[in-house]
Amino acid sequence: MARAALPGRLSWQIGRVVDTIQETRRAKSLVLDLPNWPGHRAGQHIDIRLTADDGYQAQRGYSIASAPEDDGVMLTVDRLEDGEVSPYLTDVVEPGDEIELRGPIGGYFVWDPSLSGPLLLISGGSGIVPLRAMLRDWAAARPQVKVRLLHSARSLDDVIFRDEIMRFAAFDEVDVRIALTRAWPEGWRGHRGRIDRDFLERAAWPPQDAPRIYVCGPTGFVEAAAAALVETGQRPDTIKTERFGPTGG
Amino acid sequence: MTYLLDGNAIAGELFAAFGREMTDVVGKCRNCGTVSVVAELCVYLRAPGTVVRCPSCHAVVMVLVTIGDECNVHLPALEFEQ
Amino acid sequence: MSPISRGFLGRRRSGGDPSRVPPGQHVTKGFPVLSAGPTQHTPLPDWSFRIDGAVKEPSSWRWEEFLALPAEQITVDIHCVTKWTKLDTSWRGVSLDTLLATIETDAEYLTAWCDGGYTTNLALADIVDGKAWVTYEYDGGPVHPEHGGPARLLVPHLYFWKSAKWVRGLTLTPTDEPGFWETYGYHNHGDPWLEQRYQGD
Repeated sequence: MARAALPGRLSWQIGRVVDTIQETRRAKSLVLDLPNWPGHRAGQHIDIRLTADDGYQAQRGYSIASAPEDDGVMLTVDRLEDGEVSPYLTDVVEPGDEIELRGPIGGYFVWDPSLSGPLLLISGGSGIVPLRAMLRDWAAARPQVKVRLLHSARSLDDVIFRDEIMRFAAFDEVDVRIALTRAWPEGWRGHRGRIDRDFLERAAWPPQDAPRIYVCGPTGFVEAAAAALVETGQRPDTIKTERFGPTGG
Repeated sequence: MTYLLDGNAIAGELFAAFGREMTDVVGKCRNCGTVSVVAELCVYLRAPGTVVRCPSCHAVVMVLVTIGDECNVHLPALEFEQ
Repeated sequence: MSPISRGFLGRRRSGGDPSRVPPGQHVTKGFPVLSAGPTQHTPLPDWSFRIDGAVKEPSSWRWEEFLALPAEQITVDIHCVTKWTKLDTSWRGVSLDTLLATIETDAEYLTAWCDGGYTTNLALADIVDGKAWVTYEYDGGPVHPEHGGPARLLVPHLYFWKSAKWVRGLTLTPTDEPGFWETYGYHNHGDPWLEQRYQGD
């Protein structure tokens, strides 16, 4: 399978939804069959374009949740209550529907198994989506790179891909820590509250290990986490960020 | 609620405008000299157009306006280094 | 040609008297926040409003002085170039007629300028005779910083990008000087009923 996108072309193409998976109460995955897909790198995203029958169009970007090795391209959509596009994708779209999209897009927030580690992945909410692609790519390639995933969610039920990331944690080289910000089960021994400097000092690779760091999630989360990382001594040029947020007008 | 995103959010538009992936392209802010990759620029999408600002001095470095099918990219204060 | 997305309607709502909805617009119940930059938060003790430029003598008002000026309660429809229209928005503010009452000028144009650096250009004829206000209340409360508070310009007969948020003054000019969006391709005038969205429309 090709690993790189064709240079110079980013055309709109039609994909067909072959499966949908309700991941959490708010997040739903769509698996797409794309006949003209050139392959992608973990961390890249696609732009979706929806067209109403009067010609009105809306466009949004979604990170690719699947690894390059996976069959089909999977997107995982966080349903925003007063969103224009996400409720359509989670509530209306069914297998068999066509979706217009372009991609893969992104040359900065990308990872592949040839990159040196250790690898530090930090996410909040739906920011876990591109990191899940990275973890799956890692698991398929098993490079000599240790991985730590630090993920923040409101409650355990809001952790997207929860079972899957717990399976990743079973690898010796992979360590997963979850921070729950609003509700946690009785006896919860993970972090309670937001990811902060103290948590990073305990859970992240020390700066002298020079980890390769990816931070993804809502803007406020990313800015706080990146600032805390720098406060703990991580070098800013080792930190890559991707901010998510509502983009509709 | 913050409406601020980063250059990743306009990656598709920029690819379409420049014919290549732009998020990892290095740019220099002509206002303050700060050098960053496009992915790290501050992006305000919810406006009549997209306004891109320097993460350091917040000067407007790039503006995207879509008129019909065409996305016009203006570079009032950004110099690409590649 | 893009395929139709089955069942996709978009956020648009129909409704509202069609004679009040300019071409290409749809009615919204919310009040979308559009921004070209970080929300400004000017403390009231630091705030002033100034009229200068091609005038015999400039005028300016501090916040308390501004609030002491005769104000009006108005209800207007507003139209954003991004295609949403909001009907019956209510504001309280000072009419530009009041602010310009003591200004002597031959200028026919002006640039409204704002905290954060935003500008927009207007013809004097578009802001006199009951067509424009500097407002400090929306819907019974202070204008929220997200919506341009403490005070924003309100010129409802033109597209809403002319109703500059965080307005701090008007500089009168002999010629029409394109402001921020106008420089990047938006129309110098911006009449929603003539769909003057972009230069050349």
